[in-house]
Amino acid sequence: MSEHVHTEKCNTLLGDLSDYIDGNLQAEICAQIEEHMKTCDNCRVVVNTLRKTVELYEHCNDNVELSGDVKERLFAKLDLKDYLPSPNITDANK
Amino acid sequence: MKIGNFLEGKNIQVSERDESDFLTALKQGDRQAFARLVDETSTQIYRTARQILGDEQDAEDVLQETYMKALKALPTFEGRSSLSTWLHRIAVNEALMLIRKRKTPMVSVDDTQPFDSEEESTGMEIVDFCCLPENELLTSESRKFMDDAIQRLPENLKTVFVLRDLEGMSIQETSEVMQITENNVKTRLLRARLRLRQELAEYYAEKVEKEKSK
Repeated sequence: MSEHVHTEKCNTLLGDLSDYIDGNLQAEICAQIEEHMKTCDNCRVVVNTLRKTVELYEHCNDNVELSGDVKERLFAKLDLKDYLPSPNITDANK
Repeated sequence: MKIGNFLEGKNIQVSERDESDFLTALKQGDRQAFARLVDETSTQIYRTARQILGDEQDAEDVLQETYMKALKALPTFEGRSSLSTWLHRIAVNEALMLIRKRKTPMVSVDDTQPFDSEEESTGMEIVDFCCLPENELLTSESRKFMDDAIQRLPENLKTVFVLRDLEGMSIQETSEVMQITENNVKTRLLRARLRLRQELAEYYAEKVEKEKSK
């Protein structure tokens, strides 16, 4: 494992990385980042792993679901029990 | 058209007329319309609260409180933001209030500068964990580590990361929920992502070494 000590150039580009990986950056600045990455392996790894980090978290979030019990208690608290959709109807609508 | 303007992110096709009728019914206290709103948005609201608080019971409390408050405030809802954004704003405020009540000091960071610490701007672990196979990256242990890493973020970074990257809100929607500028959202988002990337680089370092020696 190595440690990347950024140069001034790296730091300037780092400020735009979120917009870069989200595809929201002006073409000119994208080109500058891509040019810099050709000669700076460490920055290339930082960009790629930053993008991977966001992707991994997107997968992770699929795990958090609202259970039927929590939903039932929510509807009861709001006095909406009569309107609680049956699990079958909910599934059918998905 | 989606309920879109009001319930962004929900995959339901309705006409503008339906959308307007739905909002009118909600504002007039129609129970069936409110039940539909709860049914269609509660998973997202629960998930947001769960990710900010890191605790299922607290998330359920915030979920219930959010809709209790929404029910009272709906008659005065002006529609300047979508219903989904509005509900998220209530939920985020409730979650942050709960954290304050826990008596653990809230940690926040200065978001006027993209980098204000030596740690973030100079020393970065360079571990190319992209090379690891998916089944190594997403084990139940690593998922737990990733969950815990979110909880180690300062509150103001964590909330932006949860809304933008986990809930998939736009920068503009996130700024509306947080009531901060879009530039501040971008700054916080970058810092949150960099911190999490750093944590994952340290976490996966050993696995990367093993993979290289194969």
